[in-house]
Amino acid sequence: MTHSEAELSPAQPRKSFVRTLELDLRLLGMIGAFAILCIGFDLVTGGRFLTPRNIFNLTIQTVSVAIMATGMVFVIVTRHIDLSVGALLATCSAVMAMTQTEILPNMLGLGLGHPLIPWVTIAFGILVGTLIGAFHGWLVGYLTIPAFIVTLGGLLVWRNVGWYLTSGKTIGPLDPTFMQFGGINGTLGAGWSWIVGLLALAAALYGLWTSRKNKIRHGFSVKPLWAEGVLAALISAAIIGFVAILNAYEVPAARLKRDFEAQGLTLPEGYTEAYGIPISVLLLIFIAAAMTMLARRTRLGRYIFATGGNPDAAELSGINTRLLTVKIFALMGALCAISAVVASARLTNHSNDIGTLDELRVIAAAVIGGTALSGGFGTIYGAILGALIMQSLQSGMAMVGVDAPLQNIVVGAVLVLAVLIDIVYRKRTGVA
Amino acid sequence: MTGTEQSKRGTPLVEMRDICISFGGVHAVDHVSVDLYPGEVVGLLGHNGAGKSTLIKILSGAYRMDSGEIRINGEKAEIHNPRDARRYNIETIYQTLALADNLDASSNLFLGRELVTPFGLVDDDAMEAETRKIMGRLNPNFKKFNEPVSALSGGQRQSVAIARAVYFDARILIMDEPTAALGPHETQMVAELIEQLKAQGIGIFLISHDIHDVMKLCDRASVMKNGQLVGTVDVDKVTDDDLLGMIILGKHPGAQAEA
Repeated sequence: MTHSEAELSPAQPRKSFVRTLELDLRLLGMIGAFAILCIGFDLVTGGRFLTPRNIFNLTIQTVSVAIMATGMVFVIVTRHIDLSVGALLATCSAVMAMTQTEILPNMLGLGLGHPLIPWVTIAFGILVGTLIGAFHGWLVGYLTIPAFIVTLGGLLVWRNVGWYLTSGKTIGPLDPTFMQFGGINGTLGAGWSWIVGLLALAAALYGLWTSRKNKIRHGFSVKPLWAEGVLAALISAAIIGFVAILNAYEVPAARLKRDFEAQGLTLPEGYTEAYGIPISVLLLIFIAAAMTMLARRTRLGRYIFATGGNPDAAELSGINTRLLTVKIFALMGALCAISAVVASARLTNHSNDIGTLDELRVIAAAVIGGTALSGGFGTIYGAILGALIMQSLQSGMAMVGVDAPLQNIVVGAVLVLAVLIDIVYRKRTGVA
Repeated sequence: MTGTEQSKRGTPLVEMRDICISFGGVHAVDHVSVDLYPGEVVGLLGHNGAGKSTLIKILSGAYRMDSGEIRINGEKAEIHNPRDARRYNIETIYQTLALADNLDASSNLFLGRELVTPFGLVDDDAMEAETRKIMGRLNPNFKKFNEPVSALSGGQRQSVAIARAVYFDARILIMDEPTAALGPHETQMVAELIEQLKAQGIGIFLISHDIHDVMKLCDRASVMKNGQLVGTVDVDKVTDDDLLGMIILGKHPGAQAEA
């Protein structure tokens, strides 16, 4: 045990177990709140909330907002805001819809169903999103227009650029491969889900082990072995449990029958197939891992948090904070484009109102997840958990049969309450 | 240039010549020239708003001068931002300390110059190990390596800022009110550190408005008033009252110190 912990422990003796595990108290609190929420809804709905099917649906409904929320963490950490993410999503979605149904097949003559179409489309969409985001960042960083204004303008501009590009029409159906990113139309199946789960498990355990080895190499104190063991067991249980639940959701027999008949086969007696991990959820997990890596283990991430904590100090340390702002908004734009892939693929078409009000959901997810608007604090996993909590609230209330206006009233109140709890927590623990 | 160079030999480490900067018509620094030799401590004295911090922020790259010239080791130096200054081995301890409160000591110490692994990732463990080493030298009581610096006391924060300036082989060190937030014991530690650094041939600009600090720690003192240089004197040739007269009245102590 290091001295700093020794100094703290007398004040908080009850937390010693959690302290030994070096778990994040805020994360535990959020998981606790989420668990209470889920169990509560499950009781009220008579066991319909925590079924594999509903959990599957919850995860795929959360992905689009959660992907953008990871980027919003960086934006808010550096004391900016992005009000344009929903509109940017709409523009990217419109661009990609036009690219895959009009430009590539007809104007460039690839023809519908060409195998290159989805990939070129996605690459082009991400490019457009990145450029628009970088433009926002340039306006904020170099021309010093407040981000609130730039992105408020952006909200109006990009929502309607999307409209203009498609003449307001709904565009679909989209490319079949493209639609696999939407959720139910693209899942790994049971076998691959287990393989991915085991790979994730191996990566997590390897990460724990190397981190411990590094600490020992530098002669730092490490947690006792039993604590590492408990932590490893918790992580393993979470990963295996998650895969098992998604694998427990089976493809309905009627749909299997249709799929088999489409291939000229008949459905064998007793044949079942599980959905497994949706590709969109896998995408979110990759993005979450990459963004966490970026936040914690790269210079860019370090500079983002330093700038959020003290912009002057960052500048005096030689950090180019203006260029940093461009990078942050460009990243936000790229994530909006990826979210646009998921959102339009889930709906199987591009519609004019796609992503409406997403900016508020994304900001709320980041803030519920503990990102401080005063800058300097925020975590990727927090934002994703925030998105999940928001989505669970919304669909849980819909399931219970709460009136639509009441649903939004509750979500709004929860947002304010979450921030209040966060402020109280920070005051108590003395973190900023 | 005021004529106190009779004891100095060779090229000055830093020469700031005829520096001007104004903000919205106010001449914050008005044709000021100062210099600094290796192994020397030059005090910059003056009231609040006399322009000492502004002058020094030009050297550290935080501000750009309107006109004038900076020479490092006799060669003209282009300092447009803090990165340029760091390239000339100019390190600064700011009065505000310039720490990111949400980050821990080692992240602050290496901010902008992180140690990285072969994959280009930030190597926190290596940085913490280095931080432990240097803090063991500077402030052996320092233990809070894994907490954000907002959780540290004034003296501990100060030692992080000092460690950052000292760690990267500074040749020119700027200290802006380094003892303002410190207790007597820590002030003594800073004084000893300054002696140590001097012995290593580092040149130090010490900004202060405490005359006793300057009398004790500095070899020469440059006094500013209303953005202009009142004069530069050898500290051992003047009295407290002479310096006070320079600060308050802008009066040069006369021919005997002028030499």
